Amino acid sequence: MKNIESFITGLLTSAGDMPEHLLQHLCAIQQRYSYIPGNAVELLANSLNMPAVQIYGVIDFYTFLHREARGDFDILFSDSITDRMLGSQSLLDSLCKILGVEPGLPRADGRVTVDVTSCTGICDQGPAMLVNGMVVSALNEERITKIAELIETGTPLSDWPQSFFIVEDNIKRSDILLNDKIINGSAIDSLIKNDSDTLLTMIEQSGLRGRGGAGFKTAMKWRFCRDTDADEHYVVCNADEGEPGTFKDRVLLNSFADNVFEGMTLCAGIIGAKKGYLYLRGEYRYLLDALDKTLQKRRDANLLGNNICGQKDFDFDIEIHLGAGAYICGEESALIESLEGKRGIPRKRPPFPVTNGYRQQPTVVNNVETFAAAAKIAVFGADWYRSIGTSESAGTKLLSISGDCARPGIYEYPFGVSIKQVLEDCGAEDVQAAQVAGAAGSTVPPQEFDRNIAFEDVSTGGSFMVFNQQRDLLDMVQNFTHFFCHESCGFCTPCRVGGSLMKNLVDKVIVGHATRNDLKEMENIGLVMQQSSHCGLGVTAPKPVLDTLEKFPDIYTKRLANRGFEPAFDLDAALEESRQITGRDDPEAHIEYEPLLNAAEQDES
Amino acid sequence: MSNGKTFKLDGKNIAFQDGDTVMDAALRAGEYIPHLCHNPEFTPHGSCRVCVVAVNGRHMSACTLPAAENMEVDNCSEVIMDQRRNLLQMLFVEGNHVCPGCEKSGACQLQAVAYYTRMLSPHYTHFFPRRTMDASHPDIAIDFNRCILCELCVRASREVDNKNIFSITGRGLNSYLVINSASGKLGDSELSASDKAVSVCPVGAILPKHVGYDQPIGERLYDNKPISVVGDVANANNRQDNGND
Repeated sequence: MKNIESFITGLLTSAGDMPEHLLQHLCAIQQRYSYIPGNAVELLANSLNMPAVQIYGVIDFYTFLHREARGDFDILFSDSITDRMLGSQSLLDSLCKILGVEPGLPRADGRVTVDVTSCTGICDQGPAMLVNGMVVSALNEERITKIAELIETGTPLSDWPQSFFIVEDNIKRSDILLNDKIINGSAIDSLIKNDSDTLLTMIEQSGLRGRGGAGFKTAMKWRFCRDTDADEHYVVCNADEGEPGTFKDRVLLNSFADNVFEGMTLCAGIIGAKKGYLYLRGEYRYLLDALDKTLQKRRDANLLGNNICGQKDFDFDIEIHLGAGAYICGEESALIESLEGKRGIPRKRPPFPVTNGYRQQPTVVNNVETFAAAAKIAVFGADWYRSIGTSESAGTKLLSISGDCARPGIYEYPFGVSIKQVLEDCGAEDVQAAQVAGAAGSTVPPQEFDRNIAFEDVSTGGSFMVFNQQRDLLDMVQNFTHFFCHESCGFCTPCRVGGSLMKNLVDKVIVGHATRNDLKEMENIGLVMQQSSHCGLGVTAPKPVLDTLEKFPDIYTKRLANRGFEPAFDLDAALEESRQITGRDDPEAHIEYEPLLNAAEQDES
Repeated sequence: MSNGKTFKLDGKNIAFQDGDTVMDAALRAGEYIPHLCHNPEFTPHGSCRVCVVAVNGRHMSACTLPAAENMEVDNCSEVIMDQRRNLLQMLFVEGNHVCPGCEKSGACQLQAVAYYTRMLSPHYTHFFPRRTMDASHPDIAIDFNRCILCELCVRASREVDNKNIFSITGRGLNSYLVINSASGKLGDSELSASDKAVSVCPVGAILPKHVGYDQPIGERLYDNKPISVVGDVANANNRQDNGND
């Protein structure tokens, strides 16, 4: 354990010994040792001068951090609905069977852990898994067999077939953002040639709105931040792309990182920030090295650092912070908490991050796509951007398309494109529903396919999942409600408790035990969550249930039990503990529980 | 003192000062807005959501909502009361709250607010979580079954006692209160019976030992008057501490 001590001392020296460095240290320790040993916590507690419970509080909050050792190979299957539709669950079963391991528990010899995690953003090339943070895409039985073999032989990841780790950009349609890249430094040149007021006006006139989904006017955010008097200002790029079914930022960071960093630098020049952070979701750790190299190249080219492009006092640098498996950190104030090394609990608002953000200083938090677009606008002008899209939604939007379609991938469209057009382009047939904007988004039925992708109509941060007529939409609803339950931070009552109640009721429908009363109950819980939750997660969490109850009531009603009341628990299952204690398993120790689904179906026919 | 600024709470004019939340101004004016995680001595938290009020149709927590001139706040419509009752029912089924057997019964804020919102049953399916008790401390016991995660003890220990004894860990429904001591036990911590953190608990989670049922049922804080009249548990504890109850 002596080497842990030196490892941590090294971290503290190289990466910092302030409380806000805690999460980054924990990520590094987890990656190196496959868990956070108790003595590591003690060391950190002493060095960072914080109580050990507080550190455990952080460890327990993030799903990628563990108090107990994981296997040497820590495997996480992406558990997004689209991964499931591509067969991820049976592949997980196969792997567990071959390796002789229980999901979630390390094998006795410590060799491997197999578990699931929320959407990893590889939906267009799924099913996907993470192995010690590396993405393996396009899983099939053949790959699973090979992976089991590599694990049994203890083959280090560097010796695995490199083809396993290929993640394609998969750009199927490009427009003004993806057609070409700006010349490095050209947006900064524009800032220097004009001035920050002119540039801010340019961004304003372009009509650019935040691409994370909420659509706040970018220039207004930057102006509020700039006009707030403070010691420091910060620029933060939100690359915590956690919304199930979204993977556009993966592509931007893989192939357009310079544009993103240039957009951040532009923002820094305008608001007067010296420091910027890219908050990279833990699932995208595999992009980290390349991103760090890009940053270094930009420093070498004087596009970052001191006196950028020879401009006196234009000092700005960017640091990458890793997330560790927490969807809530995509919420900007939770992201800032996480950036400060804490549990990702959304802050009270007001005050907003533009006035009280990172370290309580004015902070701009924008989506990856927003920064990339801002850089282009600085080069090509407001009119160029404004001329595309709709009057309310200027420019283009990147859609991440997955699910039942012939050509999943990234599609860049001018705002205002109809859902029908999108479905046609990606080769979707016999469509039952389009889930636009992810688990938190809208379930759109065919009769609404004439609606358009735009802030004023169907708004999306980029997720677009297709479900054909053969799918049971209730599987989607179940996947999403479980997802929200897992990702709720637990701070407020309606999301923490209501979300779990909702999950249990959806499960009750699935097993055929629910009644009409339960559906009314789901509506009621959904309303409480929507109206009284502390943040956007709780507000949107009931949406998949409420949307489908309204637009696809049949998926529920056909599974209802034909009774006015059904107990919330399974009587027979409730006896299991008694059976264990008494060592009985004879028929007399069971209560026969006829599945009521058939009865209900018979009634309908 | 109010610079003449007012907003309307259920149609009544309430004076407020700059920087006030709706809760601050209402409390000062002697108007009751149901709440659990709020205590005016500490930074507002906004987690229990029981103080939900409606302003222009939007529901917000009064304890974190800045008061603004001419705001019209709905604090007692049926919609708002229904929502509060739902939130309380959620808190009841989340933990293991057995009022008839609880030492705090009659002087429990959770119970009193539930009565105030006319909650007659927990309504939802109980989670029946397996939680423990910690009686390792000579003077104080903690029963995690009754914790509602209001974090008042966390805040009091950090902000007033300067001891940082309590903290929240886990996530989502698995969030729970933990003790900052080597063994994780209360007995190993520096908590003392006179700590602020002990007197702020609005439920029966943190209880002083050796005084079980000292005050007979029927004579307790909320036994004869509703919470809207007698106020918070912590307040009553303060009055007792000052010997002027």
